[in-house]
Amino acid sequence: MGNAKSGAERPLSPHLQIYRPMLTMMMSIAHRISGAANAVGFLLLAWWLVAIAVGPEPYAQVSSFFGSLAGRTLLFLFSWSLLHHMLGGIRHLIWDTGTGLDKTSIEVFAWLTIISSIVLTVLVWVAGYALMGAF
Amino acid sequence: MATPLKRVRGLGAAHRGTETFWRQRVTAVANIPLVIFLILSIVSHIGASYTEVKAYFAQPIVALLMLALVISAAIHMRIGLKEIIEDYVHGGAKVVAILLATFFAAGVGLACVVAILKISLGS
Repeated sequence: MGNAKSGAERPLSPHLQIYRPMLTMMMSIAHRISGAANAVGFLLLAWWLVAIAVGPEPYAQVSSFFGSLAGRTLLFLFSWSLLHHMLGGIRHLIWDTGTGLDKTSIEVFAWLTIISSIVLTVLVWVAGYALMGAF
Repeated sequence: MATPLKRVRGLGAAHRGTETFWRQRVTAVANIPLVIFLILSIVSHIGASYTEVKAYFAQPIVALLMLALVISAAIHMRIGLKEIIEDYVHGGAKVVAILLATFFAAGVGLACVVAILKISLGS
């Protein structure tokens, strides 16, 4: 459809930038971005698993990277992206049943996804640091 | 007369009907407990020694859940990436991008599968 050759000047639907940014729209974009980010995270998981399979030396390298500031930042973003996409996905599964599609529910779901994804991510990291004996 | 039923039986132009939609939902549902399992596995092994981590993944139930996760996630990722590509990339570049996304999903997924099998079944 995108490469259909036609000289006719047809009316186009308004482009995305013409709309006032809205929460629900941002959530839709965030679901896509987090999904794509999870693909990068999948690569990190593969690296970790392959390192465990290969031996102690590669594992030590992966561990030191994940322990570094860059590694921790990457893992923090990945964990948030993963949880955000999971909660956003649950929202979509609820919508698939035909419920929660009214305006109020959509707004509530959006805020619930944002807040609970942040809370859960922080909880996961607090648990992680607690298990390391940081507190 | 072309009724909606007739069109549904023909499964549309792609001959796949709602198969991809459904597969994305099935893998999504499977991914929920499996991702929680993954996060718990990682968090509970922060700072663990190589032997501890290896012994953990060598347990049959852990290997089974990890295999389920990487296979389900790879399928889910392939569907999602293809959907994004189809929206933003057009023409010949679209075909190349979908091919690359497919190889990426298969490659990363299979690397994980081989790693998990090697850890659990020994070298």
